[in-house]
Amino acid sequence: MNELALAVPWLGKRNPQAARWVVIAIAIAAPMIAMMFGRTWVRVLDFALLYILLALGLNLVVGFAGLLDLGYIAFYAVGAYTAAFLASPHFDVHLPIWVVLPLAAGFAATAGITLGFPVLRLRGDYLAIVTLGFGEIVRIFMNNLNYPINITNGPQGINSLDPIMLFGWDLSRNIQVSEDLAINSLFLYYYAFLACVAGSILFISRLQVSRVGRAWAAMRDDELAAKAIGINTRNMKLLAFSLGATFGGVSGVLFGTFQGFVSPESFSLMESIAVLTMVVFGGMGNIAGAIVGAIILSALPEILRHLAVPVQQALFGHVLLDPEVLRMLLLSLAMILMMLLRPAGLIPANAKYSHIRYLKAKGVTE
Amino acid sequence: MEIFLQQIVNGLVVGSVYALVALGYTMVYGILGLINFAHGDLVMVGALTALQTMMFLMGVAPGMSPVAMLTLSLLVAIPVCMLLAFTMERLAYRPLRNAPRLAPLITAIGVSFLLQTLAMIVWGRNYHTFPQLISTTPVQPIEGVFITPIQITIIIVSALMMAGLILLVTKTKLGRAMRATAENHRVAALMGVDTNMIIALTFVIGAALAAVAGVMFASNYGIAHYGMGFMPGLKAFTAAVLGGIGNLGGAMLGGVVLGLVESFGAGYIEQATFGFLNSSYQDIFAFIILGLVLIFKPTGLLGERVSDRA
Repeated sequence: MNELALAVPWLGKRNPQAARWVVIAIAIAAPMIAMMFGRTWVRVLDFALLYILLALGLNLVVGFAGLLDLGYIAFYAVGAYTAAFLASPHFDVHLPIWVVLPLAAGFAATAGITLGFPVLRLRGDYLAIVTLGFGEIVRIFMNNLNYPINITNGPQGINSLDPIMLFGWDLSRNIQVSEDLAINSLFLYYYAFLACVAGSILFISRLQVSRVGRAWAAMRDDELAAKAIGINTRNMKLLAFSLGATFGGVSGVLFGTFQGFVSPESFSLMESIAVLTMVVFGGMGNIAGAIVGAIILSALPEILRHLAVPVQQALFGHVLLDPEVLRMLLLSLAMILMMLLRPAGLIPANAKYSHIRYLKAKGVTE
Repeated sequence: MEIFLQQIVNGLVVGSVYALVALGYTMVYGILGLINFAHGDLVMVGALTALQTMMFLMGVAPGMSPVAMLTLSLLVAIPVCMLLAFTMERLAYRPLRNAPRLAPLITAIGVSFLLQTLAMIVWGRNYHTFPQLISTTPVQPIEGVFITPIQITIIIVSALMMAGLILLVTKTKLGRAMRATAENHRVAALMGVDTNMIIALTFVIGAALAAVAGVMFASNYGIAHYGMGFMPGLKAFTAAVLGGIGNLGGAMLGGVVLGLVESFGAGYIEQATFGFLNSSYQDIFAFIILGLVLIFKPTGLLGERVSDRA
């Protein structure tokens, strides 16, 4: 949160307290502003929040612990499919979200550890390619496990997942306040997701300055030195993988229930790369960076989608680049140019591993 | 028995394509320690450029003999890929040569997706029929075992190209410079080797092999599209790791072994798992092998220890 407030241009440096309120106000008001442009944009914001959750989770693994994970979307898939198995007519099981969510988080964390154990010894590029392979294996299984026993329903995916019920409220239904005032379900989802994101930010920002966070930073910067000062790098890596995976799993559940259906197509390698680009673009190892990267790179393709088609139609008479191509172009260029021109990302992480307040209390001066 | 021999034939054909592509990965890795993710996509660019050339030639000179047409399209595809690789190295990788490890890797992933996107823009997202200029009517050297002339060509061409590469690396001055650069950049530069040039040439030579591999791959399956290079690229990388990355002989061995494993795996997985898994799981073998090799024998079959050099 502090980092996010500091990232507000101009105001952040002068008056962080005010900047913080600005951020909170924007977060709360965003869907109402978006609503003025149409319901699609509220939906875009809902998805942006899901991407923020994913980016925050991947940032734990890549940014904090320095482990390049290219199969991150697999955990998202684990979460989404858990929701699909346990809360849909597919197996005719309808568990409430309060059961599904912890189960999915647990499954995803287990998957994270399962992946983490064998790849502990690998670093850098090898780790990247093995995790990529893991993601592909998960996708291949999702695609093909409809035979001989139908588990995942193959490429068609699973339909009509149960919507999220919070304290008896069905988030997928509009709330009729009075005759002509209804709160759209997209708003309900927005605030539910916003609460998740806020909780995650709080958790991760505390985690970053905790013993674990500092151990990760040490391990990322120099593994040998980290080992030498007594950090158990094996456990720390596993922790990074499983915590990152938990975030993936939770956002997977939210994604599945929000969208109402899941299919292997949503969990392609391109999505892993997209989330990675968000983290890289915003600034690795930085909470604010992951958030800003996720917002920009999930909203920009949608804006382009709405602008590009009419503009191209006006200019060339037909659509030259369709929106999906534009999205890929944007993501790949963002990745390359960011690495070449501004490797630390939009909002570079500062090497601050502990709270100033904490340091002062301990009598350590800056 | 026929099935067994047939799987060997299939494995050898796919394996020799993997081997050609793996050489590109292994050469670049040997010199820079970089996994050039975009190398697989050069395979795709090669195939689609060749396809474009063939289309053009068919329009201009419909009566041209298939072999001449194939040769001409290769003569276009190879320089295009070489130029692309040169540009890639110059613009995306060279500025990052001394950057932290993750930076060039992330750039390489970006370049790979950029190439796929550009190909999607140029050639669309449809599957294209690739003209099979060399006959695909199978012959039966042994009763019940089929091999097509194009497959025979693939094996022969790959073998020739690999032999040529080995000669280049072991016998020529350029090859000696390449080996010296791989051994130690700085010392090689002190000995008067233009290391920047050598690194660029390594990319370019790898790209030429990838272009040939792309044309053969597409000729064998008769299709080409913008994403066709990514999977073979990953598998070729697996082959390079399996053989021992940085080692030319290893890349060839790894390619052939991986091709065989895949074809046997796809052939027998259904029996082995009592019908639970089938040949749609073919792609997981490469990844499982990659994982197993990196965990249990990171040196690969013929290489030195590298898993923590990254």
